[in-house]
Amino acid sequence: MNTLVLVEHDNNSVNDATLAVVTAAGQIGEVTALVAGNDCASVAEEAGKIAGVSKVLKADDAAYGDFLAENVAPLVAGLMDGYDAFLAPATTSGKNIAPRVAAHLDVMQISDILSVEGDKTFTRPIYAGNAIATVQSSDPKLVITVRGTAFEKAATEGGSAAIEDASGPGDAGLSSFVSREVADGGDRPELASANVIVSGGRALKDSETFEQIINPLADKLGAAIGASRAAVDAGYVPNDYQVGQTGKIVAPEVYIAIGISGAIQHLAGMKDSKVIIAINKDEDAPIFQVADIGLVADLYNAVPELTNAL
Amino acid sequence: MKILVPVKRVIDYNVKPRVKADGSGVDLANVKMSMNPFDEIAVEEAIRIKEAGKAEEIVAVSIGPAKAQETLRTALAMGADRAILVETDEEVEPLAVAKILKAIADEEQPGLVLLGKQSISDDSNQTGQMLAALMGRPQGTFANTIEIDGDSVSVKREIDGGLETVKLTIPAIVTTDLRLNEPRYASLPNIMKAKKKPLDTKTPGDFGVDIAPRLTTTHVAEPPVRQAGEKVEDVAALVEKIKALGIA
Ligand SMILES: Cc1cc2nc3c(=O)[nH]c(=O)nc-3n(C[C@H](O)[C@H](O)[C@H](O)COP(=O)(O)OP(=O)(O)OC[C@H]3O[C@@H](n4cnc5c(N)ncnc54)[C@H](O)[C@@H]3O)c2cc1C
Ligand SMILES: Cc1cc2nc3c(=O)[nH]c(=O)nc-3n(C[C@H](O)[C@H](O)[C@H](O)COP(=O)(O)OP(=O)(O)OC[C@H]3O[C@@H](n4cnc5c(N)ncnc54)[C@H](O)[C@@H]3O)c2cc1C
Repeated sequence: MNTLVLVEHDNNSVNDATLAVVTAAGQIGEVTALVAGNDCASVAEEAGKIAGVSKVLKADDAAYGDFLAENVAPLVAGLMDGYDAFLAPATTSGKNIAPRVAAHLDVMQISDILSVEGDKTFTRPIYAGNAIATVQSSDPKLVITVRGTAFEKAATEGGSAAIEDASGPGDAGLSSFVSREVADGGDRPELASANVIVSGGRALKDSETFEQIINPLADKLGAAIGASRAAVDAGYVPNDYQVGQTGKIVAPEVYIAIGISGAIQHLAGMKDSKVIIAINKDEDAPIFQVADIGLVADLYNAVPELTNAL
Repeated sequence: MKILVPVKRVIDYNVKPRVKADGSGVDLANVKMSMNPFDEIAVEEAIRIKEAGKAEEIVAVSIGPAKAQETLRTALAMGADRAILVETDEEVEPLAVAKILKAIADEEQPGLVLLGKQSISDDSNQTGQMLAALMGRPQGTFANTIEIDGDSVSVKREIDGGLETVKLTIPAIVTTDLRLNEPRYASLPNIMKAKKKPLDTKTPGDFGVDIAPRLTTTHVAEPPVRQAGEKVEDVAALVEKIKALGIA
């Protein structure tokens, strides 16, 4: 089988989320990486070096520079004649584009796969990860989004794929990009790929308190910062901090949940973490049912004390 | 302008789903069902747009069993004007849902279709995007803010890195994210009034849509269960544990 992988990038470099998709695609067949962007030659070169990529298609056009689904999906659909499967990361960008490609091809998308079980058979989580379904497709072509935490990342070196130019219909004239507000995390690792995550919940009261309590501990551990939906809704932190069924799915080495009760929607986003540490003053909080290490304590005393001692 | 709001009946978000012992699926017998929370947000947004004088009519649609009428009545009680039930006892996949919605949109000619970004049952996150492709119209997924301005709509989207704004020409498809609004509760008088609002019943066949599934679920299993670990006495003990993990 021949697979086409959507490379996620910012026109400068390849986003890590792509690497797990390359691994998943490699379990299905040959991997061609599609770099659709504007002035994206450096991305195409980087993609060509990813281990397991055998060819790179570069569609360099202003219409693809902002990754608008209305423009990128027809490009992908047009290229699919030569491929049996299209795979994208289950990121907000992949989830925006892939279903549109599926509809163009008149096939069902298989969302958020966890494993490849056969040519057309995959597992995927349903009901917030409370059930794992094995699904088999009868469609002539596959459109798949891949859960990044479920596959090893392909190595960023080792490949030497040739780069070919590709083109599509360009600007569909339906939508335009206006602006992007992306917080600069400084040296802090990205939530989706961090080794250690410190997450705060509703108990953190307000944004100043959240910052005073959570940030110093995260700094000490070189950790990314996450949050529950309650903390995001209350405005303590921006929306992209949300971990959970309807936020980001993470699986770091260590996840530290502070003042988070452990609702199923939150657990859905973090219960595959290697080690879970919970600090909560309620000894019956559901988070303790999944925590490897629990501390029943008032976070306002415990967290500063912990930060100082590390 | 007319707004079309597709609403799905799903397991209530407070219920912990259980996998059937024979691995054939999730046990939905006697389980509390509700409107998909993202769809409540979509209905609320449609009502706010209408209240702001930018839409005249809100049509709620559901594809599902006869009981999905309850979900539609909830939408009507919140403030939708009329409803369409496309009745079927089959599990309809997002692609087929999108095809039925396209057929309804062809008849109704809405300026906006407002959907949930994902249903909390199947978590597919694809119906809106598929509908947009089938209609050949733009999509604003994961909406945090929607502003209608003449014949275009600006959608601020919740993306992995933060927020992004796109401008779409109307008719457009928008899918809701959690921060778009806080849905209202239907008042008792409105629940009574909703009983008299029009609700049409159709079948997928009326729209000539083939709903035969493309995917077969061969097995549904419980995920690996995580065991609770130990509780430590105090911060000093936690510090030791964290140091032993080699991260500090
Ligand atoms: C459609 C839908 C989607 C959702 N998606 C998500 C999602 O993706 N992610 C998500 O997280 N949630 C999601 N939720 C929300 C979820 O159901 C919970 O409401 C939310 O996770 C609760 O956040 P929390 O644990 O911070 O708050 P709470 O449940 O209020 O818990 C606060 C905890 O802090 C503890 N606490 C209070 N004070 C202290 C103190 N001084 N010291 C120590 N501990 C203290 C309390 O004991 C409590 O356990 C979703 C809900 C819906 C309906
Ligand atoms: C027990 C069980 C077994 C299943 N078995 C299978 C199976 O064997 N094969 C298979 O492919 N699928 C199966 N499904 C999945 C089912 O087909 C999907 O739930 C459904 O088609 C739509 O997916 P979604 O709601 O996740 O779509 P999403 O794309 O997540 O939904 C997004 C939005 O689209 C709208 N929408 C979606 N569906 C409807 C609807 N019916 N009416 C109105 N609006 C709607 C809503 O606005 C919703 O918020 C099963 C589901 C269950 C619960």
